[in-house]
Amino acid sequence: MKNDAQYTNHSGKAAAFVQDEARTDWHDGALWFVRYKRDIQIKKVPEWETMRELASQIKANVLANLDKYLIQFEENALKNGVQVHWAKDAREHNEIVLNILKNKGVKKLVKSKSMLTEECHLNPFLIENGIEVVDTDLGERIVQLRDEAPSHIVLPAIHLKKEDVGATFHKYLGSEEGAKDPKYLTEVARGHLREKFLAADAALTGVNFAVAETGGITVCTNEGNADLGAHLAPVHIASMGMEKLIPRQSDLGLFLRLLARNATGQPITSFSSHFFKPNVGQELHFVIVDNGRSEQLGRADFRKSLYCIRCGACMNTCPVYRRSGGHSYGYTVPGPIGSILSPGVDLKKYSSLPFASTLCGSCSDVCPVKIDIHHQLYKWRQIIAQENELPLSKKISMKVTGFLFSHPSLYRFAGKTARTMLPLMPRFLVYNKLNAWGIHREVPVAPKQSFREWYIEQQKKGANKE
Amino acid sequence: MTSKEYILQRVKQNKPEQTLLPDVPDFERLDVDWVEHFKETLVFVGGQAIELESDVEVNLRIQELFPDMKVIASDIPSVEVANFDLNGTTDPHLLKDIDLIVIRGEFGVAENAAVWVPASSLSHRVLPFITQHAVIVLDKSQLVWNMHQAYKRLDIDKANGFGVFISGPSKTADIEQSLVIGAHGSRSLVVFLVNK
Repeated sequence: MKNDAQYTNHSGKAAAFVQDEARTDWHDGALWFVRYKRDIQIKKVPEWETMRELASQIKANVLANLDKYLIQFEENALKNGVQVHWAKDAREHNEIVLNILKNKGVKKLVKSKSMLTEECHLNPFLIENGIEVVDTDLGERIVQLRDEAPSHIVLPAIHLKKEDVGATFHKYLGSEEGAKDPKYLTEVARGHLREKFLAADAALTGVNFAVAETGGITVCTNEGNADLGAHLAPVHIASMGMEKLIPRQSDLGLFLRLLARNATGQPITSFSSHFFKPNVGQELHFVIVDNGRSEQLGRADFRKSLYCIRCGACMNTCPVYRRSGGHSYGYTVPGPIGSILSPGVDLKKYSSLPFASTLCGSCSDVCPVKIDIHHQLYKWRQIIAQENELPLSKKISMKVTGFLFSHPSLYRFAGKTARTMLPLMPRFLVYNKLNAWGIHREVPVAPKQSFREWYIEQQKKGANKE
Repeated sequence: MTSKEYILQRVKQNKPEQTLLPDVPDFERLDVDWVEHFKETLVFVGGQAIELESDVEVNLRIQELFPDMKVIASDIPSVEVANFDLNGTTDPHLLKDIDLIVIRGEFGVAENAAVWVPASSLSHRVLPFITQHAVIVLDKSQLVWNMHQAYKRLDIDKANGFGVFISGPSKTADIEQSLVIGAHGSRSLVVFLVNK
């Protein structure tokens, strides 16, 4: 049996998520509304499709010259007085961060949103080593207090209702019992986190874009939390996946116009902060992380997944994500983009994720950098089948279907039998555990004849008329 | 081999074939009234823009709009309502009780209501974030249409190591997607568009 700790069973976890029907409907609707807001914003930009194409071309150029741009970025950052570190993998990233903190005697760290540090499991590592780590993005703070992972890369607490947040804040922050007004709860978090910002010895932020030409980084937030941390603390560490590079300062114009519009339907985030040099008396560190990215770069069919600018639009539009929740994926980045990134990290563990899709292609349609997400999902499925990682039920049904499809007369016989037998069969024979398709739906009424039979009949009729 | 050498070697081995880096046009729009668009968009993102005839009006309007603000700080010398000594304060943590700041924006972006504020025009980098409320004074003639034009005129060598585009007040929708203005940073943002 595949054990859950080692394998992510998407459909199993999704089945648990949809138990609460009202909540599932709310989740579905809330995310679709974000998609709707995005559509309104992008329609205001006549050159939107041209921008997507240009962004895709720039990202292609970044991958083709990644070594060159990395060197250029480091050179310029060093000239700016920034300390640059390179990490092969998550372990090395975490060690680098811990060393910086230890050298400065840091006890309290505030963090802004960084999916990379989630990917590296930095928080538990630092906490084990005696550092207080506080996530300061409101959604991330909520899930941190609940000891959960973010369920969405842009909306970390989208799986929770305001009552859940109220209960969490009552338990950990002493807010009024039963409070559920978002304004009140946000105010409670504001007061709590202001204290943390003022007391922090170091701040860690993510990076939205790193510019090779200037050696600077750009960090986008609506809350202003990255800046409150970074400008108050004497040490600022910015961790970045190495695919965050863009060649030129001017390219930011394109990517900032795309990012927030596509993510949440905003013209731009409230704050787009550009860090070039450390503040007087401050240390600024950039940690450049590989952690499997150079390997993904070598996979011709899948390297375009590295174009991703983490807007989350593919999640908001995905009919499977919206109805299964981010936690059902069991990977740091959930949804369609996560389902093409994760098999590259661990094919066995994440073998169910490329199947968590209808292949409808909506993810590829909304992607601001034109990643062919649904094609990659399809390609991963084939690799997973070749590597013999399909679950038994799928393996058998695929074999049977494959056999039938390659034997036309047998296929016709099976079809005829089904058409005759289905209406006659007792209900328990059709609707049982073996027929997954019958669990939530009625099998359509079987037609009297197949298309082939109908077609032959029509041909004969036509011939008779002539 | 260092990690840097290892990573660069792997990237070199695995990177795809060369492709051209495209030129990105400006996409400038002249069929839109930039000032009106800036004002409308700022309202959409939770802020407010007010047109002023001259810098002289700034003091009066601040008193009108913010009669209850106790601690007011400004990096603009002509703002007489300011009562906090920013230049005499070295530790940025001491800015925590500021109610209102009045700062100068270098230029604005009509399309998304963002205003460029470089560190060179701030006494403290944290100022626009730690304050409870913010006023940005912007010369109305200093508008560009979009971010492409914005980056053309943005001079990072003059920014003094940091700069931020500010579009509206601090906000969040992390609880049930309900928009709340004033997450961690400024609870309100007013941009004075001044006719010079």
